Amino acid sequence: MPESSPASQAQPDLEALREGFSELKPAMTFREATIEADRCLYCFDAPCVQACPTHIDIPLFIRKIATDNVTGSAITILESNLLAGTCARVCPVEELCEGACVMGEHYKPIEIGRLQRYAMDHLFEQDRQPLPVAAPTGKRVAVVGSGPAGLSCAGELALNGHSVTVFERDDLPGGLSTYGIVVMREPIRVSLEEVEFIESLGVEIRTGVNVGTDITADRLLSEYDAVFLGVGMGKVPDMQIPGEDLEGVTEALQFIRATKLAEKDGLEQLTSIPLGQHVAVIGAGNTAIDAATIAKRLGAERVTIVYRRTDREMPAYDFEYDFIKGEGVEFRFLSQPVSIQGQDGRVTGLECVRMQPSAPDDDGRRGVVPVPDSTFVLECDQVILAIGQEKHVDTIASFGVEVERGYARVDDGMATSNPRVFAGGDCAKLTGHAMTVTAVQDGKLAARRIHAYLNEIAPKVGEERMHGEKWLT
Amino acid sequence: MADLSINFAGVKSPNPFWLASAPPTNTAYQVNKAFEYGWGGAVWKTIGTPVLNVSSRYGGFEHKGNKLVAINNIELISDRPLHVNLREIAEVKKLWPDRAVIVSAMFESDPDVWRDAVMRIEDTGADAIELNYGCPHGMSERGMGSAVGQVPEYCEMITGWVTAAASIPVIVKLTPNITNIKVPAMAAIAGGANALSLINTINSVIGVDLDDFQIQPSIGGKGGHGGYAGPAVKPIALSMLSETMQLDQTKDFGIPISGMGGVETWRDAAEFLLLGASSIQVCTAVMHYGFKIIDELCDGLSNWLDSKGAASINDVIGGSAPRYSPFNQMDLSYRVVASIDEDKCIHCNLCYAACDEGAHQSIDLTVDGVKIDPETYTSAVRPLPYVREDDCVGCNLCSLVCPVDGCITMVERPPLRDSVTWGQITQQLPEVTLRWDEMEKYRAEKGIDIH
Repeated sequence: MPESSPASQAQPDLEALREGFSELKPAMTFREATIEADRCLYCFDAPCVQACPTHIDIPLFIRKIATDNVTGSAITILESNLLAGTCARVCPVEELCEGACVMGEHYKPIEIGRLQRYAMDHLFEQDRQPLPVAAPTGKRVAVVGSGPAGLSCAGELALNGHSVTVFERDDLPGGLSTYGIVVMREPIRVSLEEVEFIESLGVEIRTGVNVGTDITADRLLSEYDAVFLGVGMGKVPDMQIPGEDLEGVTEALQFIRATKLAEKDGLEQLTSIPLGQHVAVIGAGNTAIDAATIAKRLGAERVTIVYRRTDREMPAYDFEYDFIKGEGVEFRFLSQPVSIQGQDGRVTGLECVRMQPSAPDDDGRRGVVPVPDSTFVLECDQVILAIGQEKHVDTIASFGVEVERGYARVDDGMATSNPRVFAGGDCAKLTGHAMTVTAVQDGKLAARRIHAYLNEIAPKVGEERMHGEKWLT
Repeated sequence: MADLSINFAGVKSPNPFWLASAPPTNTAYQVNKAFEYGWGGAVWKTIGTPVLNVSSRYGGFEHKGNKLVAINNIELISDRPLHVNLREIAEVKKLWPDRAVIVSAMFESDPDVWRDAVMRIEDTGADAIELNYGCPHGMSERGMGSAVGQVPEYCEMITGWVTAAASIPVIVKLTPNITNIKVPAMAAIAGGANALSLINTINSVIGVDLDDFQIQPSIGGKGGHGGYAGPAVKPIALSMLSETMQLDQTKDFGIPISGMGGVETWRDAAEFLLLGASSIQVCTAVMHYGFKIIDELCDGLSNWLDSKGAASINDVIGGSAPRYSPFNQMDLSYRVVASIDEDKCIHCNLCYAACDEGAHQSIDLTVDGVKIDPETYTSAVRPLPYVREDDCVGCNLCSLVCPVDGCITMVERPPLRDSVTWGQITQQLPEVTLRWDEMEKYRAEKGIDIH
């Protein structure tokens, strides 16, 4: 097939696709979970609890698995993290709980993530809601966005008896978990099950409602006692280089989204996702890794990640980098795309300039500068952009909230400059790593603050000590 | 390569490992197979009076992934006819003249029955008879097994009948289901026993099914006590062995003891040998893993003997027995304290919890040498356990819970006072052992401070 023809469609058979698009880590059997749980030392002051942004009582939930009290285990987990089924799958555990496990130093860390998944799967299989819900307070809270931050906040508020309505712009609720995490890490089914669980706490979710157009910020502010903004991030921005309008230029999140929907609507739909033979992925974050993985597993012959810096600066986690190398994805480091080349309206190549390291920039990262006269063309018939995401500045600002560098400015309790508006998750992640689990914690903290605000009481300290409160500031 | 062969009360075998009287020695097929694998001897599954067994017989004690930390059983003695067993025993002994073939027996308490049984057993060419005075279930209700072992008079009487009739060595197998093992041991010796073996299984209920409330194993909805065996019983067996080794007749090995109860590896066997056993019997480990474990048992034992410079197994038998002492002969001035290797510590702080909540509050959690309060401490810097040596009583608990080999060791410290035993205090200062005010005065005088 000539290079100039429309994006060629490599087609691995359905069975290969099914294998390629099933969860990377298998579920644990009873025996496996029990043996692994028994390995846990039950540390006196377990560092994993501190390392978990939601401070799940990990030794306790593991001990409950070891003693075959798996529902009790799941409840222990939920007490700190309502989206634990997702977190069990998507958390960078190597950087968090498992990275802190003392057994890592001794032998190998306990598989905390998979054990948590075992407990959560067990609970969801029973299809029952085990948490006590407080009597209705009559207070109404609007939550904008049904991603992890919004669902966590909504669920925690519902448990406290508040009436919560979640507004979701997309057709399906769940945000990043539903649309943006590759199915190999989290099947869409898991995200939707978790949404149903949050609904079972009494949360109402309205999908297909675009706050700002379908319903205004002012109306939400007038109809609800408080508002939580968990709007996340937007689409991948344009690179502002020539050729971005060519056929074959794809936005990474849209690419991932198509595979998630295919998992829901029928795996055969994977074969109709536009795919090149030679795919260039621009960017080296976790989204870029995901997009590259998908392209490879969908059947692309060659997938190249193009990044302007070196592997030392790439934002993807080390374990993601290790994983992708095993997938047969190639890397072009120190390469800055300058234009996308095309013929007959279709992508034929990515023109890049070679870069070289310079002095470190403001963030402490080593800078890079172009090498003179070093342009080269990477032949490709598809370019996937994964260079970050746009921020929802206008939506945030429309609630009368102070914005800093595109993010909602919040205090430690997720309160914004507007006393009735709270925010968390990626849209308020001015500093630190934006992870699903930090979004869940943001939502939980915001819910506590909103609950206190609605009851016109100060946040309780010392009494009704909640697990992990030690680490709350 | 050390010589593993033994001569136990005249019974010779190429290695000290005998299959205990139990399901693995039920048939000629099994014993032949075991000897092919290299077992030194076999004590035939108890032959005797007619029985009928129940279906569902064994229960397992699982602990942290180990499926059989212990097993219990309500299986009776051999349910094969006496003549079949005797014929097979004769065939096996003929095939394996260098192996120890010992016949375990249990009959009703009638001297004529026993005399007849001894004759028929001797006709097989067997090397010795083992009297099963231990079986705690099924047979005991019929006045046999542990019902005999628990009554010293019966034990002596029946042993006397057998030894009077027998020309081959008679080993009496003792039940642990008794308060003082030395009493039936002395009774057996008084009855003329040539050797002892211990322990038989321990009375036990292995567990209850939490779904249907059935006692395990469940026989049509009913469960009862069974005989407990396997790795979990080893410490009890070692204790009973050590106690029995205190007798004048056993101390000098005049009456040798065949040790059993939880032997699974060569290490277990070596401990039995050191405490005075001069042959080793194994059952549960074979029921769990099969006859092939004999390779590991012999090889491990042999390598260990070599490493100790022992030419023969006899060089180590009883090596630790003289150290077995009553509490009142132990030196109260001897002192060890816990020492934590900071480089090996992985900061699980189990030692802190163990000492603070389960022992004597002698470990602090510290950062840069300063004690912290774990209730309020939130820094990511992991605190380090620190032993306050002056307060450490040397109980060992921290070193026992520590998951890292060699991280917490108990190190000897010079005594703080003159050597003295409780026995000496009792003799010299009896009031100190009877009255707290005298004890407090004694402590003050000796500088004994218990924090």
